[in-house]
Amino acid sequence: MEKTRPLWDNPLQFVFACISYAVGLGNVWRFPYLCQMYGGGGFLIPYVIMLFVEGMPLLYLELAVGQHMRRGSIGAWRAISPYLCGVGVASVVVSSFLSIYYNVINAWAFWYLFHSFQDPLPWASCPLNGNRTGYEAECEKTSPTQYFWYRRTLNIAPSLEASGGLQWEQALCLTLAWLVVYLCILRGTESTGKVVYLTASLPYCVLIIYLIRGLTLHGAVNGLVYMFTPKLEQLANPKAWISAATQIFFSLGLGFGSLIAFASYNEPSNNCERHAIIVSLINSTTSIFASIVTFSIYGFKATFNYESCVSKVILLLTNAFDLEEGSVTADNLGETKAHLLATHPHQYAELLPQLKNCSLEAELDTAVQGTGLAFIVYSEAIKNMEVSQLYSVLYFVMLLTLGIGSMLGNTAAILTPLTDSKFIATRLSKEVISGIVCVINCIIGLTFTMEAGNYWFDIFNDYAATLSLLLIVLVETIAVCYIYGIRRFEKDLHAMIGHKPSWYWKIMWAFASPLLIISLFIFYITDYILTGTLQYQAWDATQGQLVTKDYPSYALAVIGLLVAASTMCIPMGALITFISRRLKRKNICMVA
Amino acid sequence: MLQVLLIAFSVVAVAHAELCKPDAQNAFKVRLSIKTALGDNAYAWDANEEYLFKAMVAFAMRRYSSKNTTQISNVLLCNVTDRVSFWFVVTDSTKNVTTVPGSEVEAAIRMNRNRINSAFLLNDKTLQFLKISSTLSPPVEPSIPVWLIVFGVVLCVTVAGIVFLLVSGIQRRKKKNKESSETENLEEKCEVTVTIENGIPCETLDLKAGHINGVCAADDERFTSL
Repeated sequence: MEKTRPLWDNPLQFVFACISYAVGLGNVWRFPYLCQMYGGGGFLIPYVIMLFVEGMPLLYLELAVGQHMRRGSIGAWRAISPYLCGVGVASVVVSSFLSIYYNVINAWAFWYLFHSFQDPLPWASCPLNGNRTGYEAECEKTSPTQYFWYRRTLNIAPSLEASGGLQWEQALCLTLAWLVVYLCILRGTESTGKVVYLTASLPYCVLIIYLIRGLTLHGAVNGLVYMFTPKLEQLANPKAWISAATQIFFSLGLGFGSLIAFASYNEPSNNCERHAIIVSLINSTTSIFASIVTFSIYGFKATFNYESCVSKVILLLTNAFDLEEGSVTADNLGETKAHLLATHPHQYAELLPQLKNCSLEAELDTAVQGTGLAFIVYSEAIKNMEVSQLYSVLYFVMLLTLGIGSMLGNTAAILTPLTDSKFIATRLSKEVISGIVCVINCIIGLTFTMEAGNYWFDIFNDYAATLSLLLIVLVETIAVCYIYGIRRFEKDLHAMIGHKPSWYWKIMWAFASPLLIISLFIFYITDYILTGTLQYQAWDATQGQLVTKDYPSYALAVIGLLVAASTMCIPMGALITFISRRLKRKNICMVA
Repeated sequence: MLQVLLIAFSVVAVAHAELCKPDAQNAFKVRLSIKTALGDNAYAWDANEEYLFKAMVAFAMRRYSSKNTTQISNVLLCNVTDRVSFWFVVTDSTKNVTTVPGSEVEAAIRMNRNRINSAFLLNDKTLQFLKISSTLSPPVEPSIPVWLIVFGVVLCVTVAGIVFLLVSGIQRRKKKNKESSETENLEEKCEVTVTIENGIPCETLDLKAGHINGVCAADDERFTSL
C-alpha cells in the first residue's frame, strides 16, 4: 500500500510557512543598509520594479513546479527532464551549506537572549581590568557593545590563520539551536505546520512594539528624516539597481528548493498564484516596515552618541580652563571655543587634538549591515532605553523566530528529497533521517564556534550561495520555459488553479527574468575578476577596530570548492544521466 | 611685639604659598562637579565647605598614620577656581615647612575615599583627586552565571519536547502496526468462513455460475453453426 503524501492542514499553514521562510534576518539587517546606501526613499523605486519583474514571477514559478510535481527539488526537476536532476542536487547542496552556517546566527541570538536576563546588561559597560584601577584595555579603545560581541561572544582571533580552540559556550548554544530545529521538524509537516504559526506572527508583534517604542525615542525623527529623504541621483548608479535585484532575489529564498518542498505538500488544487503574490508582497512590506524601525533606532543611537560627544567636549573644556560648571552648554559651545581660542591660544592649541568635531550627520552616516547591525548597533541602542532587559529579550526572541523560521525552510529543502527517495525512506523513518541530518550539520557547524570561526562564517555567508543560486534559478527558468515548454506549463497550471496565467507572467518567465538573472550573473563575475584578491575584515584587538586582510590560499581554495560543489552538480547530473541512458540503450541493444 | 608677629605671620604665609601651588611637590589637584552630581540641590562652594574639606583630609591622615598630630591647619588649599577645583598639600607639623610625602597622602585618601565622598554627597566621579586613581567596585557576580541557568531551562524544555514527540510517534506506529495486523487477520478469517459456507469451497465454484444458467447455455449448442 502506497503511503499518501503528508499535507498541510490548511492553505493558511502553507502561506505562513512561506512567509516564515522568506521573512528572515535579511529583511531586518540588509534592506535598511541598502536603503541607506542607495538613496534612502528613492531606493524603493528600483526595489518595487524588481519585485514585479523578478520576485513575483520566479516565486510563482517555483511554487507551481513544487505543487504540480508533488516531489522535493530532486524529484521535481527529474520529472521536468531527466537531464535536470543535477539542478535538484545543486539546490540540496546549497541548502546544506546554508543550514550549516545559518544556525550559528541562532546560536548567537540564544547567547544574547540568555545574557539579557541580567541587570545591568553585560554590554552596557566595560569590565574592569586586572587590578581594578580602570577598564579593560581593549574595551577602552572600542565600545562596550563591540567588546562584548568580539571578545565575550566570538572571542575572535586576530586573523583567519590563528584558528584557536573551540568556545564551549558557543558550542552549547549551537547544540541547543539544532535541538530546537529538530524539535520543529521532527514530525514533518505535522509539527512544522504548527510551529510556523508562531515563527511567522511573533516577529510582527515584536516589530510593532519596537515601532511604537522606536518612534517615541528621543532623536528617532533624525534617523527617519535622514533615511526617507530621497537622493534620486543614486538611481543613476547601476549598483542601486543591481542591489535591488539581488536583494529581492535572495530575500525570497529562490533556488534553495525550500519553496518547492513546501509547495509539494499542498493540495493539487491550491491557488498558488494568489499565494505567490501574497507572500512576495508581505516579504517586501516587511522589509520596508523593518527599515522604519531600524532607522528610528539609528536616529536614537546617533542622537545619543552625538549628545555624549558634545558633553565630552564640554567637560574637557570646562576641566582644562577651570570654567564654572554649566557655563558651557551645547548652544554656546561654538562661541565659547572662539572665545577661548582668542584668550588662551597656546593652551587651546594644545587641547585641540582631543577636541572632536561632533557631527550628527557623521553618526547617521555609519551604515552597518549584517551581524554588526543586529548584534552591535541594536544592542547599543537597547542598553540606553529604559527597561532595557525587556526590550533586549523581545528583540532577541524576534531574531530567533526569524532565524528558526528560515531554518525550517532550509531543512525542509534537504529532507524532502531524502524522504521522497524510496531507497532511504523504506530503510529509515522520518525522525531518524531528520536526526541524522541535524547531527551532521551540528558537528560541521562547530567549526564556526572556534576563535577564527566568524571569518569562516563570513566566507560561507558571502560565497556559498550567491553565484550558485543565480545559476540554479536561471537553469530553472529556462528549463520550465523552453525545455518543458511554456504551453505545457500553462496547461498544467490551468488544471491546478482553474485559469491560465496571463500574458504578464509568461513574458516575465520567458524573457524578463532570465535576462535579468544573466545580467546579474555577468555583473558578479566581472566584479570578482576586477577586485583581484579577495579580502576580509579582521578584528584587531590592539587597535580596537576592524582591519582589512587578504585571504590565505587555503581559504581561497575553500571558496572555490563551495562555488564549484553546487554549480558543477548541474552539468554533472546531465552528464551522468546521458551516460547511464547510453549504457542502458547499449544493454537493450545487446539483449535484443 | 606686633611687628614681630606681623613679620612671623608673613613669613609663614610666604612659606605656605611656596608649599601650596599648582604642580608643587606632594600637592594634589582636586576637582568637584557639584552641579552634575546634585542638580538643583547643589550647594555653593564657600569657605565653610573648604573648612570641611580640610577637616576630612586631616581626619584621613590621622586614621591612616594613627598618630594624632595632623591638625586642620596643616592642610593648605590654594588656587580655588570657579570650576570648583583647587590644589592642596598637607604639611608636617613635626618638621618645619615641609610637606608630607605624596605617597602617604595618596594612601590615606585611598583608604578613606568613601568617607570623604559621602561628606560632600559626591562619588568617585564627581569628587576627583587627579593623581589618585580610585579602585573601581567590581560588579556583583553570582556563583552560577545567570545565562547558564536560562540555558539549562530552555534545554530541558526542548529535550522534553523531543522525547515526548518521539515516544508518541513510536507508540502511534506500534498501534498502527497492531491495527493493520488485526485487519489482516480479520480478512483471513473472512476468507476462511466464506470458503466453508454451504460446504462448497468458493474457489471451485465458477464465478459466472450465478449469472449464466447452465440449462440455457446448452440451448446454444443445439443450433448448428451457419
